[in-house]
Amino acid sequence: MSTMQPPQVRAMRDTLLLSLYQAMLQDDDIFFVTADFGSPVLDKIRADCPKRFINVGIAEQNLINVSAGLALEGFKVFAYAIAPFITMRCYEQIRVNLALLSKVRSINVNLIGVGAGYSYVVSGPTHQCYEDLTVIRALPNMRIFSPADQVVAASLPAKCLASNGPKYLRLDAQVLPVLYGAAAPDFDLGFYEHKQGEKVCLLATGYMVHTALKVADKLAASGVSVGVIDLFDLCSFSEDQLQSMLASYQGVVTMEEGFRGRGGMDAMMFDYIARRGMDIRMLNIGVEGEYHFELGERNVLHEKVGIGVAAVTEKVGRFMRALPELKSDLLMSTKKLTVKL
Amino acid sequence: MNANQLDVAVDEQLSNKARWVWEETLKLHRRAQETRVASSLSPIEIFVVLYYGGFLRQDPRNPRWDGRDRCIISKGHGSLCMYPILADLGYFPMDELEKVCQEGSFLGGIPDPVIPGYETINGSLGHGAGVGAGMALALKRRGTDQTVYVVTGDGELHEGANWEAFMFAAQHRLDNLVVIVDNNQICMLGPTDEIVSHSDLAKKFQAFGWGVRGVSDGHSVVALSEALLECQRDESGKPQAIIANTRKGNRVPGLENAPLSHVTAIKLDLIDQLLGEGQ
Repeated sequence: MSTMQPPQVRAMRDTLLLSLYQAMLQDDDIFFVTADFGSPVLDKIRADCPKRFINVGIAEQNLINVSAGLALEGFKVFAYAIAPFITMRCYEQIRVNLALLSKVRSINVNLIGVGAGYSYVVSGPTHQCYEDLTVIRALPNMRIFSPADQVVAASLPAKCLASNGPKYLRLDAQVLPVLYGAAAPDFDLGFYEHKQGEKVCLLATGYMVHTALKVADKLAASGVSVGVIDLFDLCSFSEDQLQSMLASYQGVVTMEEGFRGRGGMDAMMFDYIARRGMDIRMLNIGVEGEYHFELGERNVLHEKVGIGVAAVTEKVGRFMRALPELKSDLLMSTKKLTVKL
Repeated sequence: MNANQLDVAVDEQLSNKARWVWEETLKLHRRAQETRVASSLSPIEIFVVLYYGGFLRQDPRNPRWDGRDRCIISKGHGSLCMYPILADLGYFPMDELEKVCQEGSFLGGIPDPVIPGYETINGSLGHGAGVGAGMALALKRRGTDQTVYVVTGDGELHEGANWEAFMFAAQHRLDNLVVIVDNNQICMLGPTDEIVSHSDLAKKFQAFGWGVRGVSDGHSVVALSEALLECQRDESGKPQAIIANTRKGNRVPGLENAPLSHVTAIKLDLIDQLLGEGQ
């Protein structure tokens, strides 16, 4: 870990773009391509690096193809658009010209998708994004980074520039509380343990890390201690280290702001646990599989689809009660939990 | 190549090479009947002029030589004819042609960049123009004089991503990008005009801000060379399109311009007969 000054609170995209702007000033081989999607920070990139800033217009298929072409010629490319559009409008281009092509040609293309989960609260399901983890993780050679705060987001450009290959950076659109104000997490691990718990660990990504911390606080108030881990590198986290960390738990709860049971982070953890023969039970928290057109605050929407603080706390409580090892020794605390919830 | 080189000898040399490539393509198809031979017979002269006519700067011994011009073979399925060309030029040994579509060979029914000389993934249609535009932009930013050629088919132009790329290329004045349309005017299930017509393809390119040249006989090495030379001489700053009218299944009785020729295999005895006539 490296110590840092407490940062100014910003959206993830702005801290990421500020880092990228600094990198672009130093490295003429970085190219930025947007599908007519902006940010105040982009104005600096456009002003100071005009030859390496391109707006392809509302044309995500061409965004990917042009980015692939630039990368084939040695540019390190950051492509930028709203999350559902940069992942699903141009999925075949990503499959063919990034995932597949990177198997035989060295390319460095980084897709910055803004608007993970429900972060575009009032824009409805076209702009919200619950499927991206599923579809992108289906592609070999793609890596996925899912930061939970602006500090991790700010560290992504350096991480992406340091290694070739196509990557997807899943950013929240809203300004979220800073989690790593004092120290940036160790990127080599791919995850960060916020809290140690006793029987159950909440393994969350993106916005859901904030939910997990609130759930943990709520449970702690009832005398139940759960662990919280932020998994921000979904494809190349240290599997050994995570297994060591989970070894002391009887249950793990995956938490993602995406559809549950459709191949996202939950499926990834099923594979991980089965492949490594881990003796641990699992509960999956995700959007219960249906589209919704209702408007409301994000936390209200989250409760409706089963991923809000209250819903998760209730589900975790039930999960803990169902753990066979906990039947006797948690009887008191789960009763207490039921009363308080 | 320059205009002075477009003499009888060059015409004869390139035409003979095209004839040889046609024969070798039939031989490949004889070995691997699942290959898309009709689509591979229409662009032969386009590739011959590019690769043998001096237009494409290349180093077959170093296929990824930085100084090369780029050729993206976007209609990958219809480029079986490229295998003998690349082998003949020295990108890989000639005896690889004997193994086409066999286990362990890199020469598949649809080519990929595991084949020396291929730049990009080509099996899925409609990607070449956009990737080529990105490469052309990159080469311009690098300040080089290299050209990106993209060979596409008229059926392939139904893919909308092409037109995103064409708008983009015109916007950024990518005059180092040349798209050559192998305009054989037949898709898989029939004539392009009867499926979704391009109407006047030249006018479409013009409306999208491109310089356009039509080649009425896309099997004429002279006409193709002249069109490519005109692209080189063009100073408009526009990306350039060449629409070469070709014949799907060229010079194969029963296959040439047959509406359903796309996945039709040529019978082995007919191949023998055609090659006998050609030898």
